[in-house]
Amino acid sequence: MINEKPTFKSTLKAFLYLLPMLVITITFNIYPIINSFLMSFYTKYDFFTNKVYQMGFGNFVYLWHDPNFHLAVRNTLIFVLGVVPATVVISLVIALLLNKIKFLSSLFRTIYFLPFVTSTVAIAMVWNWIYNSNYGLLNYFLGLFGIHPINWLTNPHYAMIALIIMSIWKGLGFNIILFLVGINNIDKTYYEAAAIDGANAWQQFRYITLPLLSPITFLVTVNGIIENFKVFDGIYALFQGTPGPSNSCLTLVYYLYNKFYTEWQYGVAAASGVVLFFLILLVTILQFWYSRKHVHY
Amino acid sequence: MKLRTKQIISKILIYAIVILGAITMLIPFFWMISTSLKSGPETIKIPPIWIPKVFRWSNYVAAWHAAPFGQYFINSIIVTVVTTVGQLFTSILAAFAFSKLKFWGKNVIFMIFLGTMMIPSEMLIIPNFVTLSRMHLINTYPALILPYLASFFTVFTLRQAFQAVPDQIYYAAKIDGASDWRFLWKILVPLSKSSITAVTVLQVISCWNAFMWPLIVTNSNAMRTLPVGLQAFTTDAGTTYQLLMAASTFVIIPMVILYLFLQKYIIAGISKAGLKG
Repeated sequence: MINEKPTFKSTLKAFLYLLPMLVITITFNIYPIINSFLMSFYTKYDFFTNKVYQMGFGNFVYLWHDPNFHLAVRNTLIFVLGVVPATVVISLVIALLLNKIKFLSSLFRTIYFLPFVTSTVAIAMVWNWIYNSNYGLLNYFLGLFGIHPINWLTNPHYAMIALIIMSIWKGLGFNIILFLVGINNIDKTYYEAAAIDGANAWQQFRYITLPLLSPITFLVTVNGIIENFKVFDGIYALFQGTPGPSNSCLTLVYYLYNKFYTEWQYGVAAASGVVLFFLILLVTILQFWYSRKHVHY
Repeated sequence: MKLRTKQIISKILIYAIVILGAITMLIPFFWMISTSLKSGPETIKIPPIWIPKVFRWSNYVAAWHAAPFGQYFINSIIVTVVTTVGQLFTSILAAFAFSKLKFWGKNVIFMIFLGTMMIPSEMLIIPNFVTLSRMHLINTYPALILPYLASFFTVFTLRQAFQAVPDQIYYAAKIDGASDWRFLWKILVPLSKSSITAVTVLQVISCWNAFMWPLIVTNSNAMRTLPVGLQAFTTDAGTTYQLLMAASTFVIIPMVILYLFLQKYIIAGISKAGLKG
C-alpha cells in the first residue's frame, strides 16, 4: 500500500477533495492573473459591455510618459529604502536585547508585537492625531527640545517621513519574533567555545550571531521589501483618502487604485499592476541568486 | 567583583533601552484611549493632558451613534466568520489531498499554486472587480467573501502540519476500515489542532483588518466593514478627535483581546510561516 502508484480512481478521489479550493482559486486567482496581463494590453475597452476594441502597448507607453507614474515608482523606492533597513536593524537589536533578559521578557515581546494585530486604518487615525501640527503629541515633544512645530501631514517634505515612521513602528514586532526564533536556534555551544577562547561580547556577536543569523536577516529583508512595495492602507488612512500633500506619498499601488477606481482607466491600472509584478519578480530572482552565493547556512 | 559591576551595568542598560522601546510602542495606544475619554477642549490643551480628570465614557456612545457602527460590526463579524470557516474547510480538504493522497499531476498542480503565491494580490483587484460586477455582486456579502474562500498560503501551512502526522497512522486507519473522510476529520484534524488554530487566528486578524478590497467592492453603509466605515467616519467627524479615537478604540479592541488570549498560537504561526521560505 505504501508504494502505491496513483490510479484513475485515486486521482478522481483526490480531485474531489481539491475541488472546492480549485473552483475558488481558478476563478479568483488563476483566471485574474491571466486576465490582468491581458487587460494591460487593452487600449480601448468598454467595461459595461466587456468589449475590447483595440489592443497594443499603449498603456505601457502611457506609463513611460506619465510623470505621476515616475513619481509613484520613485516614492515606492524611497519608502522601501526608508522602512526596510531601519526595521531590520532596530528589530535585530531589540531581539538581541530581549534574548539577554529573563525578567518580563515575554511581556516586552507582547508589547512590541501589539501593533501587528491592530487595524492599519484605525491606528493610522491615531498617528494622524499624533502628527497634528497644532495639538499633536509629536510636535509637543519636539517643542520640549526647542524644535519648531512641523507640518508633518501637510508639508510634502515631511509627509513621507511621517509615513515611514508609522510603518516602522507597525512592522517591528513581526520581525522581532522572527529574529528571536533565529537566535534561539543558534547552538549555545558555539558561545561556550568562543568564551573559552576569550572572545568578548562584540566578537561573539560579529563572528557567531551575525553569520548564523544571516538566513533570517535575509528572509526578513526580502519579505520586508516585497510587503512594503505594496503599501496602500496606511497612506489612504493617514492622509484621509489622498496620496499625501502634492502626491508626496503616491506609491505604485496607490497609483493603481487611482487609475482603476477614480479614473476608470482599467488598462493603465492593469499595466501598472504588471509593472509591480515584475518589480517583485525581480526581487525574488535576486533573492534566489544572492542566497545561493552569500547566505551562510 | 569588577566583572559583577560590569554585568549589572549592562543589564541596566539593556532594560533601559528595551523599556524605552516598549513605551514608544505603547504611546499611540495610550494616547488613543486617553484622547477618547477627554472633552473637546481638553483634547487641544497644551501641554497635553495625559490622563483626563473625568473619564467621558459618553464619547464612546456618541461615536457609536455618530455613524452606523453597529451595522459595520455586524458586517465585519459576518465576513470574518464566513471567510475564515470557508477558507479553513477548502484548505483542510486540499491539504489532505496534497499530503496523503496519490494522484496524477500532484507536483505540477502544487508548483503552479506555489507560483501564484508570488503574485501581488493588488494586481488581481481589477479583474476580480470586473468578474464580480458581471455577476451583479458588487456591494454584497459574496463580493467581500468569495475571493477569499481559498488561500494557498493556508493550504501550504496545513499540508506541512498534515505531513508531520506519520503515514502509518493513515494506513492503519484504512486497514481498520475508516474512510478517508472519517480519517481526515476524526484523526488528522484533531492531531493538527495547534496548526489549525494558528492559521485560523491569523486569518481572523487579516480578515478583520482588511481594507483595500472592502473599500473597492462596497459603496453603502449597509455593506461596509469596520475599517472602511471608520475611514468614512473621519470625513464626517472632521476634527472631533475624541470621537475619532473612541471609534478607533472599538475597532482595535476585539483583535487585541483575541491576541492576548491566543498569543501563543499567533507567535507559533508567524514563526512557522515566516521560516518556511
